[in-house]
Amino acid sequence: MATEHGTGEVPDLATLVTAAQEGDRHAFDEIVRRTYVDTYTLAVRLTASEEDARDVVQEAYLRAWKGLRKFRGDAQFSTWMYRITANSAATLTSKRRRQRTVQIDDVADPIETEVALHPELATENVELMNELSAALDELPPRLRTVVILKDVYGLSHEAIAEELGISVTAAKVRLHRGRKRMRDLLYEEAGSHADAV
Amino acid sequence: MPTQCDEIALVLPQAVDAAEPVALPMRRHIESCLRCQAELARYRRMLRGLQMLRTQYFEPTPGLLAQTLASITAASERRAVTSTLTKRRIAYAGAVAGAVAAAGTTTAAVLLARARRRTLPV
Repeated sequence: MATEHGTGEVPDLATLVTAAQEGDRHAFDEIVRRTYVDTYTLAVRLTASEEDARDVVQEAYLRAWKGLRKFRGDAQFSTWMYRITANSAATLTSKRRRQRTVQIDDVADPIETEVALHPELATENVELMNELSAALDELPPRLRTVVILKDVYGLSHEAIAEELGISVTAAKVRLHRGRKRMRDLLYEEAGSHADAV
Repeated sequence: MPTQCDEIALVLPQAVDAAEPVALPMRRHIESCLRCQAELARYRRMLRGLQMLRTQYFEPTPGLLAQTLASITAASERRAVTSTLTKRRIAYAGAVAGAVAAAGTTTAAVLLARARRRTLPV
């Protein structure tokens, strides 16, 4: 890492991960800098709370630092990080479930960076994403978590089941129910409005 | 809605991304049924939208990065202290065990020598 810092080259994530696995703390700090917005976004979506998301992010990176040697590189680092984040969020959510109810209204609106960078992404898509975000917030946490991990972040059923401590069948059932509930939230309401008119 | 449309509506949530195979008769029905095609299109639109959510980011609250890095530093220091203490404890336990073994050996040798002296003929 020292040579790369010295020459001013910007190492890619894989190089940083390798260096961090060898104990380079500066490399790990750089990994955190590059990925924490993504991790925070997933944490906010899973917990529906900015306060909880902060705790999840810190816990996730602590776990990542302690378990970095176990990362074999057969998956992308970001996927590995998503799994740790999902696991941390599940742990925190189960701890706090009895303590208080979730305040989804406290969460700030997301920033559509891709839309800003790519104007070809039409307004229609932004509207759809807003509708979907609202529908996701309506889902029970158990269903929301699986829909987010599978349909937004592309994790496999096996990975989801492992991180949430459930069977693969249970993960598939939750996804099925979550998608059905999402469909009802998105289209039944629209249909009933149309019927009323 | 006909019975077959109801049955298809039940499998569409898992069939939409081709994760689960759809039986041939059902596929044929979808191809010829506008209602089922519309339903499938709704699910596809929903899935496409969910995938696009990856392009949205929530702006982290101020200080999150600094706090995260600080918590890793604190955990690393705690681990280093624990590791040092563990090493010292192992070294101390090893020294004590060595001393006990040496004392035992010496005692055994002395007792053996005394016993030999007693048994030797005068």
